[in-house]
Amino acid sequence: MKKSKSFWGYCLLALVIYAVVQLSISMQLLDLYYQNMLITMCINIMLAVSLHIVIGITGQFSIGHAGFLAVGAYLSAVATMKLGLPFPIAILIGAVVAALAGLLVGIPTLRLKGDYLAIATLGFAEIIRIVFLNVDYVGGAAGMVVNHMSTWTYAFIGVVITILVISNFTNSRHGRGCIAIREDEIAADAMGINTTYYKVIAFAIGSFFAGLAGAIYAHNFYIIQPTTFGFLKSFDILIYVVLGGLGSLSGSVLAAILLTVVSTYLANFPETRMIIYSLVLIIVMLYRPTGLMGTKEITDLFKIGKKGGSKA
Amino acid sequence: MEWLQQLVNGISLGSIYALIALGYTMVYGIIKLINFAHGDVFMLGAFIGFYAIARWDMGFFPALIISMVVCAIIGVIIERVAYKRLRNATRIAALITAIGVSLLIEYTVIFFRGASPEAYPGVLPNKSISILGANISTQSIFILGVTIVLMILLQFIVHKTKIGKAMRAVSHDADAARLMGINVDNTISATFAIGSALAGAAGVIFGVYYTKIDPLMGVLPGLKAFVAAVLGGIGSIPGAMVGGLVLGVVETVVSALGYSLWRDAAAFVILILILILKPSGIFGKNAREKV
Repeated sequence: MKKSKSFWGYCLLALVIYAVVQLSISMQLLDLYYQNMLITMCINIMLAVSLHIVIGITGQFSIGHAGFLAVGAYLSAVATMKLGLPFPIAILIGAVVAALAGLLVGIPTLRLKGDYLAIATLGFAEIIRIVFLNVDYVGGAAGMVVNHMSTWTYAFIGVVITILVISNFTNSRHGRGCIAIREDEIAADAMGINTTYYKVIAFAIGSFFAGLAGAIYAHNFYIIQPTTFGFLKSFDILIYVVLGGLGSLSGSVLAAILLTVVSTYLANFPETRMIIYSLVLIIVMLYRPTGLMGTKEITDLFKIGKKGGSKA
Repeated sequence: MEWLQQLVNGISLGSIYALIALGYTMVYGIIKLINFAHGDVFMLGAFIGFYAIARWDMGFFPALIISMVVCAIIGVIIERVAYKRLRNATRIAALITAIGVSLLIEYTVIFFRGASPEAYPGVLPNKSISILGANISTQSIFILGVTIVLMILLQFIVHKTKIGKAMRAVSHDADAARLMGINVDNTISATFAIGSALAGAAGVIFGVYYTKIDPLMGVLPGLKAFVAAVLGGIGSIPGAMVGGLVLGVVETVVSALGYSLWRDAAAFVILILILILKPSGIFGKNAREKV
């Protein structure tokens, strides 16, 4: 009862945010620059949350997330531009194919651990990028022209669905299984948790939402090129999760918002931006290796004041 | 005799990979860390060599030695500043820091000198001689010679000197080594110094051989050298050499068959196959997981 109350509370909050922004867009208080920043923010939140379920919840270190972003972007672009399908269906196609790609990559690689897994996911992401680079149907190195179709509404609905699904997954039986794997894989295995199954599921869900973000990303920038989806893009997503706190959903959302604003203002100084990013990453890892929020959620902060720390 | 020529090209490329892979494998063997910044030390080595040759009019060998020395110092600084505190941290924290250091080096270099590429001056005589009907440049033979000398030197250091013995002991069991009176911190620093010096040498050789260098040149060779290290069995020095050579030859063959755009994918396909089929690599030991 109480849980559903807070659920409707969050839904109301989401509606209010949506309405305020949509109203200021229609009343032309926000120019295109800020609209674009808001859509980029939504895309980055989706990416951060979708990587959060892989790294933060399940503890599987993937540094190839941009590969699934690329799959979603290209497949949805093919759906709208070549096949003439409507945009919502294209988004779904991008997300589903990215999830399939996640399954395909996840089943063999998730047997690996730690560093090896990281390198293998990186390798897969590079292979995906090189495949798109070599397929002439999607434009090869020159890239593919895509119509601008993403709006604030699409982006925001995407974010709400992503957060809703992933937070519900985390609080479910499956999510607890994933957290057990993060804490100690061998112990989880011994307790009867099917570790491979949960790792692959988490990976596929993460890929699904990365694909969703990719579809909105592709239709926001007029052109998509294989170079956009390189290692640096994966790193960009990684820093949201790491900075926000490994295991904190609200942390990754906050980090994604904060860093999108920072990088928008530093867009003319890409080197400075990368230097700041990498320094932040090193300093956070040296002095606060759990990230800014740790595994806490932002809602925990309010609860402490009210009831002196309620449920974990 | 086209294939012989391609083979020589492949071995030249492979020997560069092998030199970088040695640093990866040594560092991984001793502190179980994938030193992502290693590819960038390679890049710094190439630039130091470039400035030594182009600005200060040095020959190939002085430039090579300066680059190796400076890279060794940089490697030790990286280890002392960034990695030393992370000895007991989680693997993910160490890996993320390594990625951070790598990007920091790349973008600091871009910040100070821009991202434009630089043309390496030719310092070695480049004639081609004909062996068995194949045109083989003296340069690639020379490079191969330098690589082999460096590898023999490394084998000598690791197997015949006191510091080499300490390195092997620490990589086997750091705690036991410490109890035996080995200074573990210094040994780890020495490993970083030697690995980085080899990467610096590889940078100069790469510059001379491929004549074009830029601040992001270290990323792809760095990753491929890591693939080479995994292929040979990470932690194994002969493995890194063999892995590098195999990878170089495979890449050259893929290019020669007309799939040059797929060349980079070949390395990663090899990586994934080896990780799935035989994660311990060609020369690796099978490690049993302990609870």
